[in-house]
Amino acid sequence: MKKLLIVAIGLLLIGGLLVSCAPSQPSPSPTTTTTPSPTEKKFTLGLVLSTLNNPFFVTLRDGAQAEASKQGVTLIVMDSQNDSAKEASNIEDLVSRKVDAILVNPTDADAVVPSVKKANDAKIPVFTIDRGANGGVIVSHIASDNVAGGKMAGEYLAKALNEKGKVVELEGIAGTSAARDRGKGFNEVMKNYPNIEIVARQTADFDRAKGLSVFENILTAQSEINGVFAHNDEMVLGAIQAAEAAGRTGIIFVGFDAIDDAIKAVKDGKLAATVQQQPSVMGELGVQIAVKHLKGETVESSIPVPLKLITKENAP
Amino acid sequence: MISEDALRLRKVDWRVFFRRYGIVISFFLLCLALSLLSERFLTWTNILNVLRQSSINGIIAVGMTMVILTAGIDLSVGAVLALTCVVTADLLQKGLSVPLAMLTGLALGAALGMFSGLLVSRLRIPPFIATLGLMTVSRGLALTYTQGMPITALPASFNFLGAGSIGPIPMPIIVAGLIFLIGYFILTRTSLGFYIYSLGDNPVAARLSGISVSKVILFVYALSGFLSALAGMVLIGRLDSAQPSAGYGYEFDAIAAVVVGGTSLAGGEGSLFGTLVGALLIGVLNNGLNLLNISALWEGVVKGAVIALALLLYRAVK
Repeated sequence: MKKLLIVAIGLLLIGGLLVSCAPSQPSPSPTTTTTPSPTEKKFTLGLVLSTLNNPFFVTLRDGAQAEASKQGVTLIVMDSQNDSAKEASNIEDLVSRKVDAILVNPTDADAVVPSVKKANDAKIPVFTIDRGANGGVIVSHIASDNVAGGKMAGEYLAKALNEKGKVVELEGIAGTSAARDRGKGFNEVMKNYPNIEIVARQTADFDRAKGLSVFENILTAQSEINGVFAHNDEMVLGAIQAAEAAGRTGIIFVGFDAIDDAIKAVKDGKLAATVQQQPSVMGELGVQIAVKHLKGETVESSIPVPLKLITKENAP
Repeated sequence: MISEDALRLRKVDWRVFFRRYGIVISFFLLCLALSLLSERFLTWTNILNVLRQSSINGIIAVGMTMVILTAGIDLSVGAVLALTCVVTADLLQKGLSVPLAMLTGLALGAALGMFSGLLVSRLRIPPFIATLGLMTVSRGLALTYTQGMPITALPASFNFLGAGSIGPIPMPIIVAGLIFLIGYFILTRTSLGFYIYSLGDNPVAARLSGISVSKVILFVYALSGFLSALAGMVLIGRLDSAQPSAGYGYEFDAIAAVVVGGTSLAGGEGSLFGTLVGALLIGVLNNGLNLLNISALWEGVVKGAVIALALLLYRAVK
C-alpha cells in the first residue's frame, strides 16, 4: 500500500511537471520565404525570435515576412522557444549559413551577448528587436517607444480633461524599464498643463488585485479625482473595479498594452483609452532597417516603433 | 525564597504579556501615528477599506497559523489560490451552477492541500520542499489551464462573496471574521486544537501519547488549501475576473502576518488572535503608504522598517 502510494505520488508529480513544462503547441521548424528577384543582389536575413508560443511574436514574424516578400529578400525565421541555449545554436546556424544580417529578439539581454559577438566576428551585422542586448556590437535596436506611449496617453488624458483636473498615476514595478519610460513620457507631457495636478503617484506592481486595493485607498485619500493613468491595463482594470464599487463616477481611465480585457472595457465605455504596441510594424521596420543598412545607407542606432492609441472610435 | 520565586513568576508573566499583547501595542501606535498624519485614516470608509483589503490575507493566514503551529510551513497557498480560481471561473463559464462550481473549487483546494499533507506525513518530505513543489506545479497548471489568459465575465451571483455586503459590512470582512472565529474555536475548544499545539511543541511526545500525528498534519494542510481556495473566491468576486497570475507572493504576506502576530516558526506557540493583529498591521501599513502617497522607490524600505520596529518594540521590552 505504502509503495503504491509512493509510486502514485511520484507519477503525479512527474505528470504535473511535464504538463507545466511542455510547450502547449508544437513549435514550427525554421520556415523560409523566398521571393526570387533576379535583377539585384538578393539578401538573406535571419530572424531569431525568443518564442513563437505568444501571439505578439507571431504577429511580429508575420509583419517581418510580409515586408521581406515586398523587399524581395529571403527571411529565415527561427524559434528559440524561450531557451537561451536554443537561441545560441540558432544564431550559430545562421552564422555558418553566412546570412547577410541577423535580426534577433533575445530571450535574455545578457545570455545573447556571446552569440552576438560570434556574429560580430563573422562580420555579420546584428539588429535587436523588442528586447536589447547588453553587449556586442548592435547596428540598431528596434523597439516600442514606451516614452512616446506615455506621452500619447498623457496628451489624450489632458485633452479629455479639458486641460484641468486632478490626476492619479498608477505606477508599474519600481525600477523596471517599462514603468520608468511610460512614467517619464507621461510626466513630461503633464508638465505642460499647469492646471492638471497629479494628486497621487503610487505603485501597484502591474497587478490587477493591487490596482484594486491601491486605488481603493487613493479614493479615500482624495475626494476629487478626474483622471487616472496606469502603466498597464491590469492595474487600470483593477482601479475601475474599485471606482465602481465605491460608486465614484466621471473618472477618465487610460491604460497601456491593449490586452483583450482592456479592449473590451474600451468598447463598454469603462476605459477611455489604452496604448497598443504594434508588433507587426516592429517586424516590418526590422527588415526595412536591415536592408537599408545592407544597401550602405546609414541607420539610427535606436529605432522607435510607433504605438497606437485605442479608443472607442477605433477599437478592433 | 518565596519572594524570589514570586519575582521570577512575575518576570515570566511580563514576558508572556508582551509576547501576547506587545504586537497589539505596536499596532495601536501605528494607527495613532497614521491618524495624526492623515485625517482620512480614521474614517468609516477607510476602516472598511483596511478590513476588506486584509480579509484575503487574513483568511489564508488562519490556515497558515495552524500549519506553522505544527512546525510546518505552506508555500503553496498563492499558487493553489490561482489554480482553484481559474478552475472555478472556468466551470462557471461552462455553465455549472454557482454553488456547485464553488464546492468544486473548495474541494480542489482541500485536495491539493491534502496532497502536501500526504507528502509531509507519509513520505516525511520536509514541508518547505513538499509545498514548494506543489506551488510550482499548481502555478504551472494554472498557466497551462488558461493558456496565460484571464477568465472574465462571471455571473453576478458568484461575485457576491467578494463584492457584496450585508448591511453596511462588505462580505469579505464577514467571511474572514467567521473563519477567524471558527479557527479560534478549533484551536482553543477542541481536542484537535490541542493536538495541533502539542504536535508542534513536541512531536515525539505527541506520537507517544497516542495522537494520530499524520491525521493532524493532513488536516492542517487540507485546511490551508481549502482556505486558500476560499480566499481565491473572494478575490475573484472583488476583481470580477480570475487570473493565472493571481495570488503571486501571497505566501509571504500570510507568513508575515503569522510571524508578526507572535507565532513561533518552530511551532507549538502562538495564537490566531496574534495572526489577526498581524494581518491587520500589514493591511494598515499598505493603506497608510497609499494615503500618505509614499514614493514607490521608498515603499519597501518603509514597510520593512515599520514591521521590524513593531517586532523590536515588544522584543526589546521583553
